[in-house]
Amino acid sequence: MKYMLLIHQGDAPTPRSPEAWATLSEDEQKAVYADYQAINQTPGVTPGLGLDAPETATTVRVQDGKTLTTDGPFVELKEAVGGYLLFEADDLDAAIELAARIPAARLGGAIEVRPIVEW
Amino acid sequence: MVTILDQVFRDQWGRVLAALIGFLGDFDLAEEAAQEAFAIAAERWPHDGTPADPGAWLVTTARNRAIDRIRRDRTLAAKTSMLQVQDPVEGMVSATPFLDERLELIFTCCHPALAVDAQVALVLRTLGGLTTVEIAHAFLVPEPTMAQRLVRAKRKIKAARIPFRVPPEHLLPARLVAVLAVVYLIFNEGYSAPPARGELVPEALMLGRALAELMPDEPEVRGLLAMMMLLDARREARFRDDEIVLLADQDRALWDAAQIAEGRAVLNRALALGGHDPYVVQAAIASLHADEPRDWPQIAALYSELAQLTGSPVVELSRAVAVAEALGPQQGLEIVDRLALDDYHYLHSTRAELLRRLGRSVEARDAYRRALALVHDDAERRLLERRLAELGTASGQVR
Repeated sequence: MKYMLLIHQGDAPTPRSPEAWATLSEDEQKAVYADYQAINQTPGVTPGLGLDAPETATTVRVQDGKTLTTDGPFVELKEAVGGYLLFEADDLDAAIELAARIPAARLGGAIEVRPIVEW
Repeated sequence: MVTILDQVFRDQWGRVLAALIGFLGDFDLAEEAAQEAFAIAAERWPHDGTPADPGAWLVTTARNRAIDRIRRDRTLAAKTSMLQVQDPVEGMVSATPFLDERLELIFTCCHPALAVDAQVALVLRTLGGLTTVEIAHAFLVPEPTMAQRLVRAKRKIKAARIPFRVPPEHLLPARLVAVLAVVYLIFNEGYSAPPARGELVPEALMLGRALAELMPDEPEVRGLLAMMMLLDARREARFRDDEIVLLADQDRALWDAAQIAEGRAVLNRALALGGHDPYVVQAAIASLHADEPRDWPQIAALYSELAQLTGSPVVELSRAVAVAEALGPQQGLEIVDRLALDDYHYLHSTRAELLRRLGRSVEARDAYRRALALVHDDAERRLLERRLAELGTASGQVR
């Protein structure tokens, strides 16, 4: 069973905003890097590609055959997906346990666990 | 015969369905097969007699039906013309013992990835055998809403692969809390608003008994069961002609003495297992309330313990009532007046009663009116109106 874990940074400090990132102690910063590394090395995990900040997103719609673009993500900036990974697991409990280890989950963000449909 | 079948249905539905879900891994298929098996039983048992082990008979029959269905669907999918519809192998039904997988089922239904209202509905449908219509009525929800809630929950269990198992050790404590909360919620829905929704109480008791049987060493499980038994033992005395009868005014002869004794035995077992959780404390309070005369200082002390465990101002309000009985209305009122529960009608009705006892009729009347403005339940409203009217007569003033 495969799950997509969508990482929402929410209020979690990330290195992208140096001011917020500086609110974490050096140890906490190290722990964030170490935790992400450990997660990426967990058996069953396929790390996602790095997404740039939600501010760099462009949202595209097509109305009456015309392509319309708007600046920013489809949802609010704060609710935008910040990253993702794939996880092959036995069941939802295993996916929830992995999600809980992702630093964003404890720093003010949230992880959405979505089952992948197998055809 | 119908009643024996009804009894078997009530006793066996949860067990049979749990065994089938465990075997088939599919809620819908299991439900269909179980229903079919019960229908076959209704047809055959009156002639052939009830099997020695009705549960095993039902599981085996349902299993064969389900296997047959799966085979048929596969055959159809393979577009084979040699559709072999075998006669189900009822002749081969043996009384093989089957595993009791109700615990796996209840933990699956109460998985935190499901919304609480969906958990409640699933538990009542799968373990209680209530129909969607019955559950909808019990929770005052339109039938299509309840049906959709169940469909969505079952679909999520399947699609997201919520495991069918008793959670491992490190997850168990938190998950058990969720299970007990669902059972308590079902009990409370039925207990707080009978007689209309009273049918939920036996369901909650059935679930509590099953949990106590399946997890004999968990003090919280016993605590919850004891609490439900002791509260429900007063059911016949709590209402007279649909009007609420307060605990102090209840006819003790109407209390279920056997159930009180049983509830106390369960409570003692919980205490022996080292239980000191909110359910055990509430059971102990309910047990003390069944004594005559009541030990108010002890009841107040237990409410104090419960308030510390839960941090709930509603519990503080109950403590205030016990303190008023133990020490006097003034002491009770002092606690009430410290509580931030201005929108809670029980706060105002309690204040009103304490003020009445202190002879402060004008303030008491205001407090009753405040409570009346906040109350929703009709029986509660009539009780408050009676109290307010009595106050008028007692103090010799009419309006």
